[in-house]
Amino acid sequence: MKANDARGAAAGFGAAFGRDAAKAAASGETILEARDLRKEFPIRGRAGETKAGKAAAKAVVRAVDGVSFRLGRGEILGLVGESGCGKTTTGKMIMKLLEPTGGRILVDGRDVTRTAKGDEIAYRRRVQMIFQDPYASMNPRFTIRGVLEEPLLIHGLGTSGTERLAKIREVMERVKMVPADEYLDRYPHMLSGGQRQRIATARTLILSPGIIVADEPVSMIDLSTRAEILSMMKAVQRDMELSFLYITHDISTARYFTDRIAVMYLGKIVEVGPADDIIDHPLHPYTKALIAAVCEPLPGKVDVIKELPITGEIPSAAEIPTGCRFHPRCVHRMDRCARNEPAMKGIGPGHEAACWLNEPSPEVR
Amino acid sequence: MTDETILQVKGLRTYFNTDDGVVKAVDGVDFSLRKGETLGIVGESGSGKSVTNLSIMNLIPNPPGKIMGGEVIYHDTDLLKLSDKGIRAIRGNKISMIFQDPMTSLNPFLRISNQMIETIVLHQKLSKSEARAKAIEMLVLAGIPAAEKRIDQYPHQFSGGMRQRVMIAMALSCDPEILIADEPTSALDVTIQAQILDLMKELTSRLGTAVIIITHSLGVVAGMCDTICVMYAGRIVERGSVDIIFEKPMHPYTRGLIKSVPRLDRKNGARLYSIQGQPPNVIDLPDCCPFFPRCEHAMDICKTKYPLVHDDGNEHRVACWLYGREGK
Repeated sequence: MKANDARGAAAGFGAAFGRDAAKAAASGETILEARDLRKEFPIRGRAGETKAGKAAAKAVVRAVDGVSFRLGRGEILGLVGESGCGKTTTGKMIMKLLEPTGGRILVDGRDVTRTAKGDEIAYRRRVQMIFQDPYASMNPRFTIRGVLEEPLLIHGLGTSGTERLAKIREVMERVKMVPADEYLDRYPHMLSGGQRQRIATARTLILSPGIIVADEPVSMIDLSTRAEILSMMKAVQRDMELSFLYITHDISTARYFTDRIAVMYLGKIVEVGPADDIIDHPLHPYTKALIAAVCEPLPGKVDVIKELPITGEIPSAAEIPTGCRFHPRCVHRMDRCARNEPAMKGIGPGHEAACWLNEPSPEVR
Repeated sequence: MTDETILQVKGLRTYFNTDDGVVKAVDGVDFSLRKGETLGIVGESGSGKSVTNLSIMNLIPNPPGKIMGGEVIYHDTDLLKLSDKGIRAIRGNKISMIFQDPMTSLNPFLRISNQMIETIVLHQKLSKSEARAKAIEMLVLAGIPAAEKRIDQYPHQFSGGMRQRVMIAMALSCDPEILIADEPTSALDVTIQAQILDLMKELTSRLGTAVIIITHSLGVVAGMCDTICVMYAGRIVERGSVDIIFEKPMHPYTRGLIKSVPRLDRKNGARLYSIQGQPPNVIDLPDCCPFFPRCEHAMDICKTKYPLVHDDGNEHRVACWLYGREGK
């Protein structure tokens, strides 16, 4: 009974999504938009015990502190930052695994920030996720066939076992797990990390989604096979015109994989632009530090550990610094950086950064 | 770095008995370490790099693991033949270790001071107050601000980077001759990684400590090491100085690995290189070259016999049938 309701809701909602998607394709418009997205987590502790405790009870971690971006159809946007910058929390909000404290999420132009419980199942047909750990994201007691069949059963797709099997074979071919029959009856532990991440990708594709949120999909994959997985994902993304939100700490894979890069620091996007532009002409000191931190050995150039243009460590999101949140670690900090927070400012085509260095100082003028 | 060899590993074999068969995690590893040298052991998951180093310290859980053969000669002692008591006098004292995750290698219930003083009192005949002074001195060296105060804090009060600094201070507190660092920066953010590597490099060269770094990151070995050993399926397939390995890699696996590093200077849309196929299953490996199914140069002999080690001079050694068979 419950499943039927869900299916009914899925049909109505899904159809609306489908129509909008077609419209979006025709006009090349934004598929996914985040507007001033916020997520606060209350800090639990000695709440109520003492007077100070009462004040502490109101303290929050501002994990995501006003994030806005647009993702176009068939586009790959990289969300790049270090641990604690809020990139995963942003991805989880887009996936509707976490409810935002503020701001809005628009998919195909529809506000989906607060959808009813029943609509969530339809939403997840449109927006799918690939997780970081291919070992933890699959039920070890399911065979590969079971792993791939489950979403079809949940969403009521495929009327017969043969129909579902045909669909499973099709997606396994897409992710290059061929011949499919050789893997169908295996268990996840019998596959390598790379193969598991292929199956995880197939599991998202089987619902023909429009948007995929991939949270560090290759960070646990060995170097020698990492490129292969990224190439496979990119081929699938192009063939199926998928929109990808690629969340990573690794700016060098982001250059290969993404069209645009948004750099996050302590809950905010500090720079966004075309991937090549961001890496060849970074404007924000934090982006510069992230790029300098990449150590890439080249023949004859093995001294790759450089002194970085950054000091200290990322502060706690419970105590975000005043003014520019990066100023305590910045090597270019000025007086105004501690007082006023710079806004995002357009510098080149599609290239924006939030840094006072890019604006003439009123004190000088 | 001098020419005096302080550690020599010969024919080390460590196997694990599992329900599926015998896992030959380390299957004949030889290398040596000179005084003050920094040696990198690089390989992917399952290549046996961590098991090699746990074997050196005799820390293999038995069962299921067992050191089947080989010698680990530290000065004139075979560490594998020492009693538990004998090895404990060396572990943490003459040879110490840093692990990947500083949170799980520190005891969350004990203050940093307790954990550091315990080690120092145990190995160096110092009183508690002398040991405390020594611990504070090491924390200062490791760049912990306000060390006299922070030494009495608990591990959770430190950030990830600071915790790894504590681990380094602790590992170096007994003036070890050898420091083994197993993925010392893999759990840290990229902007912190460089700070920690810098610190390790500076402290160990100042104290004259020889270092073995185990890592999957070619960037880390390139920046830190004098010598590199590349491991694949439980064996060292290539060994040479850092310049030679990156300038003229010989083994097809090493070459593939270096080509697989995503480079920032390549434009968007450039093709990323990757080695075809999957890493091998190390259960019941036949005596052939374990890399041949993925190798572009595989020949018939590769499928039947493990290659002999070929020495190219300059201490550059490679286990591959492509080399050293001229005229045969």
